[in-house]
Formats: sequence, C-alpha cells, structure tokens
Amino acid sequence: MSFGPHLLLAILEGTVAAAVLALTALGLSLVFGVMRVVNVAHGEFYMLGAMVAWWLSRLVPAHPAAGFALALVGAPIAVGAVALATERLVLRRLNYEPEATIVATIGLLFVIQQLALTVFGADAKPVSAPFNFRIVFPWFGYSGYKLFVVAASAVVLLAAWWVLARTRFGLIMRATQYDSETAAAFGIPVDKVYAAVFVTGAALAALAAVLLVPIQQAHYLMGLDPLLMSFIVVIIGGLGSIKGSVIAAIVIGMSDGIISVFFSPTLASILGTLLVALVLVVRPQGLFGVPVR
Amino acid sequence: MSSKKGLIVPPASVTRRKALKVLGASAAAAGGFAAGPGFIRYVQAATSEPIRIGFQVHRTGIGASYGRWYERTTTAAIKLINEQGGIGGRPVEIVAEDDGTDPGRGAEVVEKFATQHKVDVAYGTLFSHVVMGSSPRAGELKLPYFVVSEGHHVASGKLNRYTFQPGITDVKSQVKSMAPWIAGNLGKKVTMIFPDFAFGHDHRDYFSAAIKEQGGEVVQLIPIPPTESSFTRYFPDIPANTDVLYHVMVGPAVLTFVKELGEHFGSQHPALFGFIDSLEAVDLASPGLEFLDGSYLWEAYPRYAGPKPTAFDTFYRDKVGVDAMGASVSDPADISTFSHMFGCWETLFVIKKAMEAAGYQGPADRSKLIEATEAMTAFEEGNEHPQGDKTFNGKIHQCFGHQNITKVAGGKAEAVHRTSIEDGLYEPEADYTTQSL
Repeated sequence: MSFGPHLLLAILEGTVAAAVLALTALGLSLVFGVMRVVNVAHGEFYMLGAMVAWWLSRLVPAHPAAGFALALVGAPIAVGAVALATERLVLRRLNYEPEATIVATIGLLFVIQQLALTVFGADAKPVSAPFNFRIVFPWFGYSGYKLFVVAASAVVLLAAWWVLARTRFGLIMRATQYDSETAAAFGIPVDKVYAAVFVTGAALAALAAVLLVPIQQAHYLMGLDPLLMSFIVVIIGGLGSIKGSVIAAIVIGMSDGIISVFFSPTLASILGTLLVALVLVVRPQGLFGVPVR
Repeated sequence: MSSKKGLIVPPASVTRRKALKVLGASAAAAGGFAAGPGFIRYVQAATSEPIRIGFQVHRTGIGASYGRWYERTTTAAIKLINEQGGIGGRPVEIVAEDDGTDPGRGAEVVEKFATQHKVDVAYGTLFSHVVMGSSPRAGELKLPYFVVSEGHHVASGKLNRYTFQPGITDVKSQVKSMAPWIAGNLGKKVTMIFPDFAFGHDHRDYFSAAIKEQGGEVVQLIPIPPTESSFTRYFPDIPANTDVLYHVMVGPAVLTFVKELGEHFGSQHPALFGFIDSLEAVDLASPGLEFLDGSYLWEAYPRYAGPKPTAFDTFYRDKVGVDAMGASVSDPADISTFSHMFGCWETLFVIKKAMEAAGYQGPADRSKLIEATEAMTAFEEGNEHPQGDKTFNGKIHQCFGHQNITKVAGGKAEAVHRTSIEDGLYEPEADYTTQSL
C-alpha cells in the first residue's frame, strides 16, 4: 500500500481509537472529578454494558437495529442500577475515602468479572451492528459503523459538556466538585449528587460499550484494556477535567492509530505509557487539571 | 432405605445403642452394595482404590471456551472408561483444577496435584504457554504429564521425559501436511498472520519451511500480540502480490479479526486458508463471518459430520453430547471446540492402555508407566480413537494422525481433503528415552 492510502487508514484508525477512548474515559473522569473516587471497577461497568447489550439484542431477533436501540436504552439503565447499589452499599459506607474506595473497587472488579463469567460464560459474544455499510475507498474498504461510532461519541461528549456547563444539575455537580462542604452548607444534597454522578459515570461506560460491542464482541475480560487506557487518558488530561480527557484521548488515540499502523502497536503502547510518566513528573495534576487544594 | 432415613432424621428418643445399631446396619448395607453386581468387576484388582487423574483445565482466562469442552469430553470419556470396568479393574476419578490459562498458576496446579491431591498422573493442558510453564515442575516432581496442546514443544525435545502428547498431532506435523495442498491448490506466495507467542511461532517457523519445500515462499509475516482487540491496523502490511492469506488466531477477538478482514478487502481478496483454532467455539454462521464463504480451513477433526460419518464418529459425538453440526445437543448455539477436544478423549484411552500394559498399581510404578507409554507405536481407529488411526513416536512422546481441509459454504465447512499420516512426518529432533527417570 502506498503512503497516501496508508496514512488515510492510519488517520481513520486513530480517529476511531480517539473517539472510543474519550467515551470510556468520560465516566471515569466525571466520577473522579466530583467524588474524588478512583473507580477501578470502571472497566467492569463497561464490560457489563456490553454483556447486557448482547443479552438484550438476542431478545429482539427481528432486526439488529431494534436490538441495538433496545440495548442503547437498557444497558445504561441496568448498569446504572448496579452502580447505584454499589454506591449505596459500598462507597457510602466507606465515606468515599480515597484509599478505601480504591481497594473496594478493586474487589468489585473481581466480583463483577467472575459473576459475568458465571452468568454469561467465557465465549466471546458477537452482537450485530445496527447497519452494515462498507465505505469503499479505491485502495481498501472501511467499516461505516466505525465512523458512526465516532459521530455518536462526539454527540455524547457534547451532551455531557452541555449538561455540565449549561444546566442546573451541572451547576450543582460543579459546586460539589469545587468544594463539597460549602456546597452542603448551601443546601446541596451532596450524597445524592454523589449517587447521581456515580450512576452517570457507570451509565456512560455502558453506553460506550453498547456502541463498541458490534466492533469488538462482549467478553468477560474485555474491561481490563479500556480501564488501563482510560486511566492513561484521565491522568494526562488532568483528573476531573473533561476537556483535558477529550484532548488527551485525541492525542493518545491518534498517535496510537498512526504509530501502530506505520510502526508497531507495541511502540504505540510504550509511547503512551512514557507520556503518562512524563506528565506525572512535569505536571502532576495533568495538562488541564487543577492542583488539589 | 429406612436405615438411611433413620440416620438423617433421628427419632426424638435416640439412645447411643440405637444410634450404633443404625450406623452398623447402614455400614453393612453399604458393604453389601459394594459387593453387588454394579461393583463386582472392580474386585479382581489388587486394590479398589480409584486411579486419580489430575485434570489441569482452563476454566477461566482466555482458554475458557476450550476448557469448557475439554471438561465435557473428559467427563464423557471417564464415564465410558468406568462403565467398561475402569483401568486395570479400578475405577477412575478426575480431580479438576482451574489454571486460569496462566503459566504460573499452571505450575502451582501441577504442584497441588502431586503433593495435595496425590494424583497418579496429570493431564489435559491445552494452551502452549501453560504447558511450557507447568511441564518443568511435573518433571521435577516425576509426575507423568499428558498434554493435549498440539504445540510442537513436546516433540521438540524442550520438555522432559514425563511429558507426553499422545492424543493430538503437533503443529509442525499439521502445517507440514497442509503445505503441499496449499501450494498446489491456492498459490505459492503466502502471507502469515499469527499470534505472537510460542504457538504462533511454531506456525511461523514450520510452515515457512514446509512451503519452501513445495517451491513456495512466505512473502510477509504479521505477528499479532495476544491481547490485541483490533486488527485493521495490521492489514496494510499484507503485500499486494499475496496469493494466500494464512491465518491462525486464538482468543476471544477472532470474530473481530475475520470481520475486519472482510471490511478491509471486500470481494477482492487473496485466497484464505485458516486454522480452525481461529474459530473454535464460534458458529461459522455468525454475523460478519460471511466473508469466510469459499475459504479453506484446517481441521484436525471436521466439526461438521458430513453425509457419511464413521460409526466411531457417531459413537463419540453421542457420548460427548455433540450433534452432527458440532454443537451441543442441548443448545445448538453452544459450539464445541471439535478439532481439539477429541485429543482429551483419545489421550485418556492411551493412559488407560499404558497403565494396563505397565500393570500400574500406584505412584511407585510411574517409571513403568513412562516406559509402557514410550513403547507404544500406533493407535487404531475405533471408539477410543474416533478422529482416525495414529502412529506414536515414543522417543519424542508425540503422536501423528490424519489432518483435514474443509471448505466453508453457507455457515458450515465440508471436508475436501484428508492427508495421510506420512504427509506430516518429519525427522525426530530429540530422544527423551535417553533421559534418566
């Protein structure tokens, strides 16, 4: 393949990787930003979303799009419910203490993973894309659905930004993030805000999974990889900064796509990890993060 | 029955004497039961202690789909062996332990078999890295270790005298027997896509050599890291002059791999030749796999029984619970790992034969068992070996059987070619019998 088409493929792959990363990192960033809880089980909420999507899509065998639409609504609700239970039964009882919640969510990671193995089994589960459209370039073809994922991801990110910046709920969330004690003094029900944020974070992970599962299949170990990449993105972008996460996702995604097409995927991972180390040394709060007061 | 009932729900006024009476009666009943017709055939054995086979199974981790079917096949084979009178007149018992498809855990499991469960032999490992991780420990513990892995590591001489692979042909032999057919029917310029670990390296090394012997060449090697979940980025490396795309992949991402291949190439693509390893436990009629229509697969044992299955094949499918399409009889969506799991069945019958030939009584006879296994030369096709007849080379601890090429059409793959055993034979590279026991 000559250089031009090769570069085009690399950019397409990079764009898809960036969109996927931004989407999976969004929930993690939100939860850390507002609650200061590092949710190690975030990837498992993502996996659970994919599993539920698979299960729901099998209920509607008529047309893949019907199953997909059902999953788009059902999976975030189901995973949100699990997250709500987690928040009430575990995080709240630990007083949202950072160290304790890290250990608790590590435990949760294993519990959810093994439950998924027990309930759904170990096979990779294919889910049909809502439509099959192959974009034909003169040199190669590309999945139309992958480009749909990019568009959908942009819509979700814009919606998240709008909610945070332009709505009353967003204002309350930002107030809680800025200073939860003062927010409580002003009558903001901080514990309800925490519950809402944690559920939203999990639902966003599930939504990302529903969009991605037609590309990747549901599998009980699928949560580990996005977890790692999301952490990289969130750390580089600045914990709690959604703008930072999106920009970091684009940088990491594009460089990952381009480097792995032209050189090797291993080199892309090495560079990504190096970048994290560098950011942690030079600017520990991340590119767009605000130092903890 | 009444004495049993008395044990579970004791009457309110139970005295010590009464209780002893009931216990004694039920013990006598149990003894009588053991001497009854159901158990009589074990009586001729010097001891009626069961023979314990430690089963190292991939219940979790990336090998879990294989593990599930390895376990079902093993259970079915042991049931049949016990129905036929066990091994040397003794019943056989399976002690299964999950290794998480992890080499470190695998070595621990082997250790546990030897020291805690006190099994007679260990058996059943599939993934090559787990075999590589576990076999040295089995050798140190002098525990006979029968793997069903198809990697070339046993025959290569890299392992030890305690490790055998008598139930499934190794990769080197498989690819050697495929090369003439590929060069003759599909083309001579081959690009290989393979997993970047021991199993994939076996394919890379031995297929490259085998196709060269046929006057062909490998134009590009594309190794894929084992945890990869997206493959489009690798496809630009496929040279335009490729006649045949040779793919062998394992793990849960194989469906993505085939789908993305289809999206990338469309209808203009090189001939495809794949190893069924890519698609074990996956329905060939899955959405996205239409791209495979008209492509060819290696299968050790064709999943689709075809119009004229042998009586042995039918017997085997019936006992394991697999239908003529290679799916579970209880759930047609539950696809078996048909081209690998027969190795479990056949290995267990080899263990039985070897133990009986050695007059195996217990762990003290392990050396005799090793020598008896090494003395074997051939296995006849039959209910014990439904995949076909095989030869066995005791020096390299490896069996050699027939291989099959199938063509995918309409969601199933039908056999088009079956190799002879000779097609896959190579010069032995080692001799384990020179190692001390």
